[in-house]
Amino acid sequence: MTRPTHDNHPDALRRRLLGASAGAVALGALPGASLVRAQGLAAFDWKKFKGEKIEVFLVKSPRGDLLSKYHKEFEDMTGISVGSEMVPEQQQRQKAVIEFNSGNPSFDVIALSYHVQKRQFAKNNWLTDLRPMMNDRSLADLNLDFADFAQGGLNYAVEPDGRVMSLPLNLDPWVVYYNKELFDAKRIAFPKTFAEMIDAAAKLNDPPKGVSGFVARGLKNANVPVWTSFLLGYGGGFIDKSGKLLTDTPEAIESAKMYQTLLAKYGPQGVSGFNWNESQSLFLQGKAAMWLDGIGFAQPLEDPTKSRIVGKVGYGVMPAGPKQRVSALFADGEGISTYSKKKGPSWFYLQWASNKANQTRMLQAAAGAPVRTSAYAAAQASSDFKSPKEWVECMLASAKIAQPGLPVIASVTEFRDTFGIALTNMINGADPATELKKATVDFQPVLDKSEKT
Amino acid sequence: MNSSALPTASRPGFLARRRRAYYFFAVPALVVVGAVIIFPWLFTVWMSAFDWRIGSVAHFVGLENYVKLATNKRFLESIVHTFYFTLLAVIFPLILGTAAALIFHREFPLRGVLRGIFTMPMMATPVAIALVWTMMFHPQQGVLNYLLSLVGLPPSLWVYSQSLVIPSLVLVEVWHWTPLVMLIVLGGLAALPTEPYESAKLDGATEWQLFRYITLPLLAPFLIVAAVIRTIDALKAFDTIYVISQGGPGTASETINLYLYLQAFAFYNVGNASAVVVVFFVIILALALVLLHVREKTKWV
Repeated sequence: MTRPTHDNHPDALRRRLLGASAGAVALGALPGASLVRAQGLAAFDWKKFKGEKIEVFLVKSPRGDLLSKYHKEFEDMTGISVGSEMVPEQQQRQKAVIEFNSGNPSFDVIALSYHVQKRQFAKNNWLTDLRPMMNDRSLADLNLDFADFAQGGLNYAVEPDGRVMSLPLNLDPWVVYYNKELFDAKRIAFPKTFAEMIDAAAKLNDPPKGVSGFVARGLKNANVPVWTSFLLGYGGGFIDKSGKLLTDTPEAIESAKMYQTLLAKYGPQGVSGFNWNESQSLFLQGKAAMWLDGIGFAQPLEDPTKSRIVGKVGYGVMPAGPKQRVSALFADGEGISTYSKKKGPSWFYLQWASNKANQTRMLQAAAGAPVRTSAYAAAQASSDFKSPKEWVECMLASAKIAQPGLPVIASVTEFRDTFGIALTNMINGADPATELKKATVDFQPVLDKSEKT
Repeated sequence: MNSSALPTASRPGFLARRRRAYYFFAVPALVVVGAVIIFPWLFTVWMSAFDWRIGSVAHFVGLENYVKLATNKRFLESIVHTFYFTLLAVIFPLILGTAAALIFHREFPLRGVLRGIFTMPMMATPVAIALVWTMMFHPQQGVLNYLLSLVGLPPSLWVYSQSLVIPSLVLVEVWHWTPLVMLIVLGGLAALPTEPYESAKLDGATEWQLFRYITLPLLAPFLIVAAVIRTIDALKAFDTIYVISQGGPGTASETINLYLYLQAFAFYNVGNASAVVVVFFVIILALALVLLHVREKTKWV
């Protein structure tokens, strides 16, 4: 039963998409036909750049794989041929910096992780402002439909001065996975506030049975979003308008204390060396009651060959802090190199990559959490969609309350390193206030320097 | 020196011309060495005199990067970690490898097969090894703590503890590289003369005396070679550490290489990273001179 649906689905969507865009062109041509002709502008046509060739530079990931798999569809639709290169995330970031610095990068379109590359790219003016092309009726597909993009994703893609430097594709809000069996056994409801969260972790922590009340990343660098998830809930921030760090404020210290309590007191032994994979393997074995991390782990958690807790996983929206309820957000998207000589065809590629069909595919293949809201309903309508309904609800609710989980600065990796070490030290018993003050003093000059020139 | 005996002497300038021709043939080698060793090296020294982050304007700062390194606690600690790691990662494979070679040098059934199995770790890819060991080290789910529990020992935190992380990483290194030392020492044992043993036995020497006063001194040059190779490998160790602990917890296992990688490729702090490279180069050079000196001396052990 699932096979025909599976085979037909992308095609059906494509036909609908092509039909819709053809319709849009026809509609656009009717009332304003004379106007268009008068201005010498052609109506939108996917074949406009037929015969051109563009190079795209993607990250090797399920999302990169998925887009590459369907490049043929884009080539057939537009007549533009696509050359693509995919490299692992770390190497992609290094190569991007080196290529852009050379002033003659080998690619036209580039995938970027907003939390690491947005500020770096913006500061160096490496990407093209998409607004002129978006507002050009001959270049923008009417189906682009920006209203369909989740606000969290758009916040990331748009610069403070209103320039749109990329289109967001994937969101990664942080959520709390919880083990329903452990919660039910102690008759505890999923926490709604930070105080309840600490309380639940205390009650569920059971070292003799090898069960931890809470698990999350303790490894330096990787651990920073765990702390910032709390920091945002406490109403704290990263940097004020004058460029001064806010990482030693009372809110920052309180949230660091919460981090310390949850990990050092109710976390597993050795958690200061845990990245997401160690946390995941503990949670998969039913040995942790709560796990705070990005939303992308439903697939392994619901896979009977990997998980002992299939069907028992709860997907909880981040509980509310004393000031607000926030889910720390990470996201990625695609932009066009400012050095590209093929901006038109590249813009067509961006529109295709972020269209509803591709966004729905991303969800169906469990390759990510699409930024388009409509993709969720479309994917759920399909019978081969495996992610639980609760996960989808959690995703949509989290995206609504999402804020960037890291400061949007060029030196973000160094920020994560400096504060990551401070957090690891806290797990091993150091005083949160002292550690944060020291890290803030250490990092302020780095920030000043990296944001100045 | 009696060039008049040569027929070419009748043609003055031939030798000079031939010498010029020799220079021409050396050009490719000089170009390659210049391009891949000398130029990058000089450029690194040059870059180390700048405050330069990729994406920002470079400022000439002279020796400032070096002055800062001298007081940079994290960098100085990374030197200590590097030496601590190297020392352990040289000594243990050396002792265990020599012991293994002495065992495998004797005749016993299935020796060839067992020897082959023993050398297998050496052939595995470091990153794959690192990933497997990471799983084995897991404090709750790992097989190592399960094994400890079978013999009634308390669980260890392995690479997840700041004090145990370097010894645990050395454990991986020992498992990986002991076979290499064994192979080198086996080669040495095979080349040893048999006469000294015969005469020593006639004189009533014990097994220990044979080993201490004949085998060990004769093996010394081979052991030094093994030590040099191990030292070089341990100093440049990066992949296993990066994959298993990423220098953590905190900075507890951050060696110079990891610090360098962060500075250069994560923070794009090229000036500072170049200064680190230069300092590291000087350290390695000093160490190499010490090892060479030791090697000279062992000829008379």
